Amino acid sequence: MTARVATNESILVVGGGISGMTAALEAAECGRQVILAEKTPTLGGRTALLYRYFPKMCHPVCGLEINLRRLKANRNLRILTMAEVVRIEGARGDYTATLRIAPRYVNENCTACGACAEAVASTIPNPYNYGLDRMKAAYLPHAMAYPQRYVLDPSIAGTEEGQQARAACRYGAIDLDMKEETIALKVGAVVWATGWKPYDAAKIQPYGYGRYANVITSVEFERLADPRGPTGGAILRPSDGKPAKNVAFIQCAGSRDENHLRHCSRICCMASLKQTQYLREAYGEDARSTIYYIDIRAIDRFEDFYQKVQHDATVRFVKSKVARIAEDEKTRNPILHGVDTEGYHHYATSHDLVVLAIGMEPEVTGAQVPAEVIEDSSGFIEGAADGGIVAAGVAAAPLDVNRAVQSATAASLRAIAVVHRAAATENA
Amino acid sequence: MSAQVPERYRNDFLREVEERVEEGRWVKMCMQCGVCAGSCPFGPHWEHSPQKIFMMIRAGKRAEVLGSDSMWMCTSCYNCIVRCPRKLPITHIMHGLANYAHRLGLAPKGQPTREFARLFWDNCIKQGRANELKLTLGLYFKDGLAAGIKTALAMKGIGLGMFKAKRINPMELFGGHRIKDVKGLHAIIAKAREIEDRRKGYTS
Ligand SMILES: Cc1cc2nc3c(=O)[nH]c(=O)nc-3n(C[C@H](O)[C@H](O)[C@H](O)COP(=O)(O)OP(=O)(O)OC[C@H]3O[C@@H](n4cnc5c(N)ncnc54)[C@H](O)[C@@H]3O)c2cc1C
Repeated sequence: MTARVATNESILVVGGGISGMTAALEAAECGRQVILAEKTPTLGGRTALLYRYFPKMCHPVCGLEINLRRLKANRNLRILTMAEVVRIEGARGDYTATLRIAPRYVNENCTACGACAEAVASTIPNPYNYGLDRMKAAYLPHAMAYPQRYVLDPSIAGTEEGQQARAACRYGAIDLDMKEETIALKVGAVVWATGWKPYDAAKIQPYGYGRYANVITSVEFERLADPRGPTGGAILRPSDGKPAKNVAFIQCAGSRDENHLRHCSRICCMASLKQTQYLREAYGEDARSTIYYIDIRAIDRFEDFYQKVQHDATVRFVKSKVARIAEDEKTRNPILHGVDTEGYHHYATSHDLVVLAIGMEPEVTGAQVPAEVIEDSSGFIEGAADGGIVAAGVAAAPLDVNRAVQSATAASLRAIAVVHRAAATENA
Repeated sequence: MSAQVPERYRNDFLREVEERVEEGRWVKMCMQCGVCAGSCPFGPHWEHSPQKIFMMIRAGKRAEVLGSDSMWMCTSCYNCIVRCPRKLPITHIMHGLANYAHRLGLAPKGQPTREFARLFWDNCIKQGRANELKLTLGLYFKDGLAAGIKTALAMKGIGLGMFKAKRINPMELFGGHRIKDVKGLHAIIAKAREIEDRRKGYTS
C-alpha cells in the first residue's frame, strides 16, 4: 500500500462494487488521489455473485477483469478492504473520515495457494453463495476475489485451528496477532457506493419462503446456475435434489408493494427473463419457465431481450401477481394460487421450483450513513446538501450494471469538481 | 330516486365513482395485479372480484357494476386490504359501491345480504337500539309466513337456550327498549341524509 497521505484534495469512495470501482477508477485516472474502502474482504460487490449478465449474457468475469486490470495499473488509488467507514465529519472540501479495519489475519505474502484452507476443518456459512452452502473458515471469497488473498475467519483466529493454518502456510502469510484498527483520513469529497441487499423474502408471508424448501430467491438462483455455486451449476430442487425443470418466476416479490418496498427495483424483470435462459441452457427443450408478472419492465433497449424471450417456446407468461403459494405435502411442489388478468381465470398451478424475483433495497440507508445526507422514501441516497458527498450506483437508485456504471462516472465527476475547487482555494 | 343525476355521468362512470362512491377515488390506483382476487376467501364463488369490478368501472360498465351482487357478498375479512400492494381500501370501496347502488335503486333485488342490511338498519333506527328478537323474526318471515314458521320451529332449541341464558327477552316483542330521545336521533339521521344528498347530488 502506498504511503501517500490523504488530503482534502483526495476522494474517498465507500463501497467496492462495480459502482465504487468505477467511480474510484475514473477519478484516479483523472489524476486524483482516491481511497477506495470496501467492507468485505474483496472488491466486486454483488455483480461478482451473478452467473451471467443481461443483456449480453456474458460472465461477470469479463467486466470485472477489465476494472481489476485498471485498478492494478493505477498509482493514484489506494484500496482498503475489510474497511468500514464509521464516521464522516466536516463539510464539502474538508472531511475527516474514520474507518474501522477488521483483521484479515493474512498479510501481503499470501499467494492464494490454499494450504491454510486444507489445514482447517471448521466451516462457516458461505455468504458468496447467499448461505446456500458452507465454506472453510480459512477461505478465498471467490475465484475473482481482489485482492487474491485468503481470509481467516475470526472464529478460528484464536484457536488451535488458527495455529494449524499458520503452520501450513509456507510464506509466513498468516498473522494471528492482527488487531482491529481505526484510522482517520482527510478527504475533500466522498462518493457513497454501498449498493444493495436482497429484500428479506421471508417477510412476504403468503409466498412461504423459509417454510417451503422449493421457494427460493433470484439471487439464490444465480448461484444454483453458476458452476462455482453450491450445486456445481446444476439447477436442482433444494427439497430432494431432483432437476428443477418446471420453474415459476414471481415478479415484484417485495417491489412495487406498499407493504414491502415501495419502489420498482427495475432490474428484476430482466433478471427473470435472463434466468429463463439459464433453465433453457440446462434443460434445452425440456425446460418450462413461467413468468408471473404485473407488467414487464424491460426498459429501453432491453425490450429486444424481452422479445427474444417471448419467442422462446419454453417460456410462458402469466399476467398476474401470485396471491399465495401452498405446498403439496407429498411432492413438495409449490402450488401457485391467483387470478390472471387476461380473462380473470383462477389458477392453482404446480411447479418444481419457485424463484422469487426479489427486490433490491439499499444496503445502507441515509439513516445509517455516518453523515447528513438526503434520501428518498425508499432509503436510496442522493448525497449531502452541499454536494460534498455524492451517491453512486444502486446506493443512489435501483439500477442495472450498465446504468450503475454511468451513475458512478457522473458521481466521480462531481467529486472531482469538489476537490478541484478545494485545490484551487488551497493554492490561491 | 331520480335518474337525471346519474345521466350526466353515464359516459364517465369512473369519474362518477370517484365523486360519489365512498373511497371511490382510489379505484384508478388499481394496477390490476390480481392479488385481491386471489386472496379473497370467496375465491371463484362470486362473479366479480374487486379486481374485475375495478376494471369494469374503468370500462364504463355501469349497469353491470351497480347491478352486481358481488359487493354484497363481501364478508369484510379485510384480506384484500392487507395484501393490496397499493394499499387500496378495497373492502371499503366494495361497501361504498353497494351503498351507492342501493341508493340509486340499482342493487340486485332480493339479494339476501342487502335484505338483511335493510332490515337491520330499519330495526336499529326505529328506536335507536337493535331489537334482536324483532330482527331475527323479521329475517325468518321475510320469505312469507310458511317459511317463517318453518325456520322458527327449526331454531326453537337455540331460541329457548338463549332465553334461559337471558340472552333473549320475549318482552322485546312488545315495544322493546329504546333510547331516551328517539326523535332527536331521527332528526340527526335526516340531517345527515340531507347533507349527503346535497354533497353527492342525490335529488331524492
Ligand atoms: C437477481 C439479480 C440479478 C441481476 N442481474 C443483473 C444482470 O444480469 N445484469 C445487470 O446489469 N445487472 C444485474 N443485476 C443488478 C446488479 O446486481 C447491480 O446493478 C449491481 O450489483 C450494482 O453494483 P453496486 O456497486 O452499485 O452495488 P453492490 O454490488 O451492492 O456493491 C456495493 C459494495 O459496497 C460494499 N459496502 C456496503 N456497505 C459498505 C460500507 N458501509 N462500507 C464499505 N463498503 C460497503 C459492499 O460490500 C459491496 O461490495 C441483478 C440484480 C439482481 C438482484
